[in-house]
Amino acid sequence: MRKSTSDDRPGNSKIEPQPRGARNKGNRPIDQAEAAERFLAAPHHQKQHDERLWTLRQRRDDQMWSMPEWEQMRTLASAIKEHTLSHLDTYLEMFETNAKANGVVVHWAKDAAEHNSIVQRVLERRGARTLIKSKSMLTEECGLRADLAKAGVEVIETDLGERIQQLDGEDPSHVVVPAVHKLRTDVAKVFAATIGSDPDNDDPHHLAGAQRDATRPLILNADAGMTGANFLVAETGAVVVCTNEGNADLCANIPDLHIVSVGIEKLIPRSEDLAIFVRMLSRSALGSPITQYTSHFRGPRQGGEMHVVLVDNGRSERLGMEEFWTSLKCIRCGACMNTCPVYRRSGGLSYGATYSGPIGLIIDPTFNARKYSNLPFASTLNGSCTNVCPVKINIHEQIYAWRKVLVRKHETPFVKRAAMKAAGAVLARPAVYRATVERTNEALASLPRFAIYNGLNAWGKNREMPHPPAETFHQWFIKNRGGKR
Amino acid sequence: MSSRDAILASIRSNLPKLDRPLPAVPKFGDDSPANLVEAFGNALTRMGGRLLDPDFTGDAMGPVRALLEHSRLVCSATSEMRGELDLATVVYPRALADVDHALVRASCGVAETGSVLLTDLDLKVNALAYLAQHLIVLLDPADIVVNMHSAYARPEFRERRYAVFHSGPSATADIEGVLILGAQGVRSLSVLLVPRNATENAEAAL
Repeated sequence: MRKSTSDDRPGNSKIEPQPRGARNKGNRPIDQAEAAERFLAAPHHQKQHDERLWTLRQRRDDQMWSMPEWEQMRTLASAIKEHTLSHLDTYLEMFETNAKANGVVVHWAKDAAEHNSIVQRVLERRGARTLIKSKSMLTEECGLRADLAKAGVEVIETDLGERIQQLDGEDPSHVVVPAVHKLRTDVAKVFAATIGSDPDNDDPHHLAGAQRDATRPLILNADAGMTGANFLVAETGAVVVCTNEGNADLCANIPDLHIVSVGIEKLIPRSEDLAIFVRMLSRSALGSPITQYTSHFRGPRQGGEMHVVLVDNGRSERLGMEEFWTSLKCIRCGACMNTCPVYRRSGGLSYGATYSGPIGLIIDPTFNARKYSNLPFASTLNGSCTNVCPVKINIHEQIYAWRKVLVRKHETPFVKRAAMKAAGAVLARPAVYRATVERTNEALASLPRFAIYNGLNAWGKNREMPHPPAETFHQWFIKNRGGKR
Repeated sequence: MSSRDAILASIRSNLPKLDRPLPAVPKFGDDSPANLVEAFGNALTRMGGRLLDPDFTGDAMGPVRALLEHSRLVCSATSEMRGELDLATVVYPRALADVDHALVRASCGVAETGSVLLTDLDLKVNALAYLAQHLIVLLDPADIVVNMHSAYARPEFRERRYAVFHSGPSATADIEGVLILGAQGVRSLSVLLVPRNATENAEAAL
């Protein structure tokens, strides 16, 4: 365990303010590269973010190597998910029947607006004015907090990272560690302004303690509690939630009303299937064998109420997209984000969407193909995301497939289209290609920097172009093999 | 059409046209450790929990009593020990807000992960395991199973309204990855191995 204050670190006085995320311009395309550039220009933030996530990736690898059955488990996890998704109607009805028999009220929401109004109605019926909740990407997707605020309901996030983000008026930047892009200095500033902690103390132990103490009375006095769900078990009607802080269990077990918001893709058939996913989830996410708490809610407590809201919000439509439906297998572990070189260096908020990183690139365009048209290009297509995915989603292939779809739909910017068109013309003619390569190498060696590193060359941003070789392979071949084929 | 029917209809018209059978899930217990108790203790320690040293003086609950020496408020859901706060009198969970130490017997333990399984029946009031500052769990060594596959075969997952694996205390690493025990729930988790019947005839008050 590292116990330190920022005083031990050199250059503390020069720690830059936190770079903010992508600018939201309504329905106009998010400029991920612009936001990423600002993140790259913040050296302390960039370094901490990159190293923290790479540490998680390495811990995940350690767990993987210690389990001889890892690859077999991935195959099973993928097969179970593909089976469930291709029989989703049957399993949803099975879950509904069993949950109802256990005393749970089951609701169905076609979209975000319907989800939010169902939650609001359930709260209203019990006169609930305060809601404590644990982390849920779905409620972020639905914009629940803003809608409930309009209805006069105060929502209190109880996960530390999520609470930091709520108090700072920012979205979570990562599905598992929502405030991973922030430094302790940023958190100290947020807490000093909102919960009155000492602005000069940025020791993480102090900050976490301040949040615990400030949140506890809110938890004790809340009218209602809400959790998301990691899995729904069709045959038992169980709602399964995995957390490390125990905050989901506080939200569900203290107020008399427990509301669960969950996407319809979270179903699995049997309890025995849970073993596969529970064994892989935290190992993939944080490199720990299991989350501190794995909770199974099958029915309301004595005298309590339990509601489950099953949300579609575009998922059933995605099920019909031949190239993209397997993205619904995702269990939101975040392993693809932790391993992605683009994500690690640009921060989750640069994507300007609920889901960031590689999985976000293939989910976000299904919500809005225009607004998120740039995202599938924020990838090197190195395939690392696919390799670490515990449910074997071919993420990098889907990123590439989205590029094709978006180009076909003309949702790509002019410079990119023009560059691709020129590249297509060159690559189709071998003689032109050879001449171009020779010219380019000469040019790279002799051109002034401003001619190479300008706005038209995306590859020259924040990275050096490769050193041009003295001769092309074609020139070498002719010289050494005498042009013999 | 209700939203329910609309969603189901949309799913049916979009179902992937392929036949993926539901695979059988093996138990993966072949290379299980020879000593389950030792494996459980090691895994629990890795998760930030603590396996209490057994007592050698003949007082099975001695190690727990030692932990409670300076406790201001003890609440027990076990038959082995009485606390100062009787769970049968608790109407609202928030009445447990000031509990220092909670004591509960686990349904089972899992050697793979160092987890203990607690149900609504074990806890009597579910919030006990989260509002207390410290949690002490009694576990019969005979109730330790090898891995999560064996654990999920247990009846609690079909029978209980609430069942939860605790694997160490409440923890967070949300600020720069610094590990902090005692995030929103208990600050420590201690497990004492005690057979179910060892103390039945020697119920002791504090």
